[in-house]
Amino acid sequence: MSRISELFARKKERVLNVYCTAGFPQVDSTVKVMKALQAHGADLIELGMPYSDPLADGPVIQHSSSIAIAGGMTIAKLFEQLKEFRKEIRLPVVLMGYMNPVLQYGFEKFCSDAAAVGIDGLILPDLPIYEFETEYGAIIKKHGLDFIFLVTPETSVERIKKLDGLSSGFLYAVSSSSTTGSNKNIGDTEQYLQQLKGLGLRNPVLVGFGIKDKASFDAASKHANGAIIGSAFIKALETNPSVENSVKAFMDSILVR
Amino acid sequence: MTEQVTPFDKLRVTYKQPSEQGYYGSFGGAYIPEMLHRNVEELRTKYLEIINEEGFQKEFRELLKDYAGRPTPLYHAKRLSDRYKATVYLKREDLCHTGAHKINNTIGQILLAERLGKKRIIAETGAGQHGVATATVCALKGVQCIVYMGEKDIERQAPNVARMKMLGATVIPATSGSKTLKDATNEAIRDWINNPNDTHYIIGSVVGPHPYPDMVARFQSVISEEMRWQLKEKTGSELPNYVIACVGGGSNAAGAFYHYLDEPSVQLVAVEAAGEGVNSGKSAATTQLGKPGILHGSKSLLMQTEDGQVVEPHSISAGLDYPGIGPLHAHLFESGRAVFMSATDNKALNAAFELAKLEGIIPALESAHALHALKMINFKKSDVVVICLSGRGDKDLATYMEHMK
Repeated sequence: MSRISELFARKKERVLNVYCTAGFPQVDSTVKVMKALQAHGADLIELGMPYSDPLADGPVIQHSSSIAIAGGMTIAKLFEQLKEFRKEIRLPVVLMGYMNPVLQYGFEKFCSDAAAVGIDGLILPDLPIYEFETEYGAIIKKHGLDFIFLVTPETSVERIKKLDGLSSGFLYAVSSSSTTGSNKNIGDTEQYLQQLKGLGLRNPVLVGFGIKDKASFDAASKHANGAIIGSAFIKALETNPSVENSVKAFMDSILVR
Repeated sequence: MTEQVTPFDKLRVTYKQPSEQGYYGSFGGAYIPEMLHRNVEELRTKYLEIINEEGFQKEFRELLKDYAGRPTPLYHAKRLSDRYKATVYLKREDLCHTGAHKINNTIGQILLAERLGKKRIIAETGAGQHGVATATVCALKGVQCIVYMGEKDIERQAPNVARMKMLGATVIPATSGSKTLKDATNEAIRDWINNPNDTHYIIGSVVGPHPYPDMVARFQSVISEEMRWQLKEKTGSELPNYVIACVGGGSNAAGAFYHYLDEPSVQLVAVEAAGEGVNSGKSAATTQLGKPGILHGSKSLLMQTEDGQVVEPHSISAGLDYPGIGPLHAHLFESGRAVFMSATDNKALNAAFELAKLEGIIPALESAHALHALKMINFKKSDVVVICLSGRGDKDLATYMEHMK
């Protein structure tokens, strides 16, 4: 059983997935941030690989990516940093990024190196179904990685079922039609999340985009297995120079009962 | 010429038509996040049907004629011909309304947007030519227009910013990344993600996810359609020996090449911007410097670092200042169907001054790159050469004046 499946077998509600940009706030912060997230209550980590042209991301994640790239972050460097991370981190970790840097690294080598360091799954928002089915899906599977597709309020039921069928680990439900870090109100998407719940999907569902605090995390968790927080966490990292303190303060604010 | 067959491309039989999934050889496709899927899929399934409708064609043709001023002349440049010892024709896209070929595409796309029921238009622009052409057709149709433009380009291209504003468009500065055309395109795509219901994105070149490269090429193909009958009138044959065009993203080249793609006797020549020199670190010669990669939703040749971060290109001409190239052109390059050359900033400037003095035509800096090819090819006396003069040079006067000092 994969680490992600184990997590969802154990915990079906309020699963908290936190996104962080590799190499941010400092190029060597990657593992430090992940350790702090584990210590302060995250269930899953989505580790972003910075890209110069992140189409699906809003200004906050774009900015963190630019800082990481300027600091010298690359995929090769990331795998170097992650070489020993499984000695300390037991949480499932998925890598999120865009196709171009992965293609330059070599798609198969990327999957093989990711699996070797102990990565559990991939989110590549600009890898579409056709190319997944004809070329890349088999490589991902061969290396035992989960692949997580996105669905949005605009995605048809038929297509949601297709994307659910191709995904493993979990399904990423984008809360509203937006880039990451938007201010659209999560309350408006309740109907869509309820509809997703009613489809009897094979994967657990995590809601992302616009989840920024306890209220929005609670609202998203009502109709899904949990949620993903990204931009709000990056902002918290940006404002507080101590990684340990900012992670603790942020996680406490989300998880307080 | 043997066709390249790849796993993605078993259906495509000519250079003109990409496969159902938008592949030209191994280039193209639609590498888009799910948030864009519904809009792009709507276009993919409807664009051919809509643009082939009789009513669409009638309105498109009428606007090209009465509004954009087509057909544009095919001008026999006699003094240029004497100098280069061949028969040189200029396809005068610079005489189109708004001063460049860009209007051919924006007229087509605004009519398409209207038929799709879209009420809001977004566009990206570099030098501002596509932004002006988009603002123009939006004014014509009374539709809201938002143009994304790099913060740096807004400073460099003040007259075009003013034109867009006068035409009623809102110009939004792109402040991310390098603050130029690539980032303006990112911002336009992000806008589309955030406005999935009422908005159509008018891309200005043969780039972006399928079906944009094919759709834009079809709207621009009026250029070579006219070239064929105009040449027939003037020379007795529809086929020249050479067709030469500049390539940034490649929309005027796609239009000038289109009806000759499957005519192997016609040598197609694409001229890229070498900037300060191909190996100077300040260049935009994508086929020389790029590797296969994905940007703005399609797989093509792309200037990038070893780690796959997109590199900021350089050219004196803002319209060629793009790190990629349309997937059709990447395929023409890879298969050898077109010859790719490049012209430096200085060579382009010299070619512009030469045309001004020999023919009384001030070309856009972009088009001046194509003119430089005359110096790089050994013509036979009997050769018929058509150069696509994609735009006029008014917008570049400040640069030209600088050069005259």
